[in-house]
Amino acid sequence: MAQSVPAIPTDPDHLVEDIATDAEERVSVATQWQLMWWRFKQHRLGVFSGVVIVIFYLVVVFADLLAYVDPAQSEALRSLIAPQPIHWFDNGQFRPHVYALAGKRDPLTFKRVYEPDPERKIPITLFARGFEYKLLGMVPTDVHLIGLAGAPPEEGLYLLGTDLQGRDMWSRLMLGTRTSLTIGLLGVAISLFLGVLLGGLSGLYGGWVDTLIQRIIEITRSIPTIPLWMGLAAAVPNSWNVTQIYFSITIIISLIGWTELGRVVRGRFLSLREEDFVLAAELAGASQWRIIFRHMVPSFLSHIIAATTLALPAMIISETALSFLGLGLRPPAVSWGVLLQDAQNVQSLAISPWLLAAAIPVIIIILAFNFLGDGLRDAADPYGV
Amino acid sequence: MLAYFTRRLLLALVTTIAISALSFVIIQLPPGDYIDQYIAQLSASGSAISREEAEALREQYGLNQPIWVQYGLWMGKIMRGDFGISLEWQRPVSEVIGERLWLTIVVSLAAIMFTWMVALPIGIYSAVRQYSPGDYLFTLIGFVGIAIPNFMLGLILMYIGFRFFNSNVGGLFSADFETAPWSAAKVWDMVKHLPLPVFVLGLGGMAQLIRIMRANLLDELRKPYVVTARAKGLTETQAILKYPVRAALNPFASTVGYLLPYTVSGSIIVSLVLGLPTVGPVLLKSLVAQDMFLAGSIILLLGVLTVIGTLISDLLLMWIEPRIRFQAH
Repeated sequence: MAQSVPAIPTDPDHLVEDIATDAEERVSVATQWQLMWWRFKQHRLGVFSGVVIVIFYLVVVFADLLAYVDPAQSEALRSLIAPQPIHWFDNGQFRPHVYALAGKRDPLTFKRVYEPDPERKIPITLFARGFEYKLLGMVPTDVHLIGLAGAPPEEGLYLLGTDLQGRDMWSRLMLGTRTSLTIGLLGVAISLFLGVLLGGLSGLYGGWVDTLIQRIIEITRSIPTIPLWMGLAAAVPNSWNVTQIYFSITIIISLIGWTELGRVVRGRFLSLREEDFVLAAELAGASQWRIIFRHMVPSFLSHIIAATTLALPAMIISETALSFLGLGLRPPAVSWGVLLQDAQNVQSLAISPWLLAAAIPVIIIILAFNFLGDGLRDAADPYGV
Repeated sequence: MLAYFTRRLLLALVTTIAISALSFVIIQLPPGDYIDQYIAQLSASGSAISREEAEALREQYGLNQPIWVQYGLWMGKIMRGDFGISLEWQRPVSEVIGERLWLTIVVSLAAIMFTWMVALPIGIYSAVRQYSPGDYLFTLIGFVGIAIPNFMLGLILMYIGFRFFNSNVGGLFSADFETAPWSAAKVWDMVKHLPLPVFVLGLGGMAQLIRIMRANLLDELRKPYVVTARAKGLTETQAILKYPVRAALNPFASTVGYLLPYTVSGSIIVSLVLGLPTVGPVLLKSLVAQDMFLAGSIILLLGVLTVIGTLISDLLLMWIEPRIRFQAH
C-alpha cells in the first residue's frame, strides 16, 4: 500500500507534515476502544442504526408514558376503528387537534360505526392525565405524553386505530415493544452466558471437551428449530402467570439460540491461546482465571459484542413467531407477536390493515440490529485493514 | 474419504438419537399420560372406563414402566412404522401425516432449489459488477429478505393479493383438486401454486447466500491467478466462471447443511399463514390439543428427514469438492 511506504519529505511544507504526525501520534497513543469508536463512526449506517435502537429502547423505558390509554381497556363497541390522523393546523394556526368520533348506526347493516365529526375539534395536549402506572417502575403517576384536552382519549385519539376488541393499537404497540425488546435482550443474555461458557470451555481445553461441545453445537444446528420450540413452548402450563410464561419462553428460545455465539467464542479462544502474551502470562505464573479474564476476554470482548448484536434479531423473531402462533406469550401479555396474531386472518386484514402495524417495528429493529452489528464487527478489529 | 464419510454417518446417527430423545421428552412434558387423556376424552363423550380397565391399559402400553423403558418401547414401535394413535383424529399417526409429510418435503426442496438457482447467479453478478446499480439493488433486496421474517412476508403478500388482486393467493391446490386423488393434472395444479410459498420460504436463505457468494467471489477475484488467467488471454467469462467461481462455491456449498433445517423450520410457520397442506398446521393443532403422539412424531420425522437431507448434501459436497475428498487421507 502506498501509505505504508515511508514518505520522503520533498516539500518543506511543515504545516502539512505536522498535522500528519499529530494524527499519527493520536492513533498510536489511542486506546483500543478509542480506535474502535473512530472506526465505528465511519460506518454511517451503523451509527444511524445505533440511534434508532436507542430510540426503541427509550420506548421500552417510557412505554406507559407514551401510551395514552390502558392497553388492556377494551370496548366492543369501538372495535376496528381506523387510525385517525392528527390535524396540525387550525385556520392557519398551529393547533394540533383531532376530530371527535361520533357513533352512528349504519342504515343498511345496523352496525354501529364511528365517524369523525369535523365540527367537533378536540385539541391535543402534552402531559395529559390518564391511567395510573409507575414511571420507571417506581414513581406512581398518571401523566402521559399526549392526551386530549378536557376529554378522555376515547373521544377521538386513535393514532393506529383499534383492534377487534376495541383496544387502542398505539398504546398496545408501545407496551408490546417493551415486552418484545426486553425478551430479546434477556434471551440473548442467557445465550451469551451459555455460549461463552461452553464455547470458552471448548476453545480453552480442546481435546474431548472440545469434540463433545462441537458435536452438541452441530447437532443443535441441524435440527429444525421452530418445531422444537413449538413442542417445548406448548408444554408451558396454561395456568402459569404472565411472568412465568415470559421467563420460560425466554429460556426456551435461548437454549437453542446459543450455538452461533458459542462458535464465535470458541474460535477466538483457539486463536488467542497461541498468542505470545498468553504464553507470557502463563510463564509469569498467572492463574487460569486471571489469564482468561484479565488477558483473553478484553481482547475479544469487542467481537463478542458484535456477535451478540447480530444474534439479537433472531431472538426477537423467535419470540414474535412463537407468540404469533399462539404458543409463546399469551394474552393478557402484549408483545409484537401477540399483536400480529390478530392479523392472521387475511379477510380481517383486508378490511383493517392497521392490524399489521406491529410488523413495521419488527422490520425496522431487525434491520437496525443487522446494520449496527455489521458496523461493530468491522470496528471490532481496529488494527486490521 | 472413507473417514469423512464414516464421521458424517456417525454424526447423523447421533443426531437422530438426540432428536428422538427430544421428541420423546416433548411427548412426556404435558402432565398426565396417554391413558389420562383417553379417559378425559371418553368422559367428555359420555362414556367411562373403570380404574381396573385403565390400569390394564397402562400395563398394555407399558406406561407403568420406568421412563427409559417407555422410550425403548416407543422407539421399537417406530422402527416398525407404528407411530401410535392420534387422539384428536382417532386414526393412526402415520395416516394423518403421510401425504402432508411429502408435501412438506416438496415445498422445502423446491424452496432450496429456488434459493440456489437465484442466489448463485446474483451472487456472481454482484461480485463481478461490484458497486454497480444492479449490485446495490440486489444488496437492498438481500437486506429486505433478511429483515422480513418469512411468515410476515407471507402475511404481507397475502394481504396484497387479497386487497389489490382480489384473489386468495394461499394454498397449494385449487379448490377442484384439494381432495382429488393424485393425477397429472393435480401435480400441474400444485406446480402452478408453488411459486409464492417457494418465494416466501426461499427469500431469507437467498439473501444470506447472495451475501456469502458475493464476499467469497470478491476474495477470489483479487487473487493473482485471476490476473494470470486474463493475461493468458482467457475470455472474461472463462476467467471468472472456470476457476474463481468454483473456488468460491466451497463455503457456499457447506452452508447448505444449515439451509435445510432453516427452510424446513420456516415451512412450518409459513404453511400456517399461507394455508399450505403440510405438516405445519397439523403440528400446531396437535400441540394446542396436547395430542402428543402426533406432535412428537411430526417433530421426530421432520428432524430425521433434515438429518437425511443434510447427509445427502454432505455426500454431494464430497463428490463435487476434491479438497474434502483428499483432506481425510
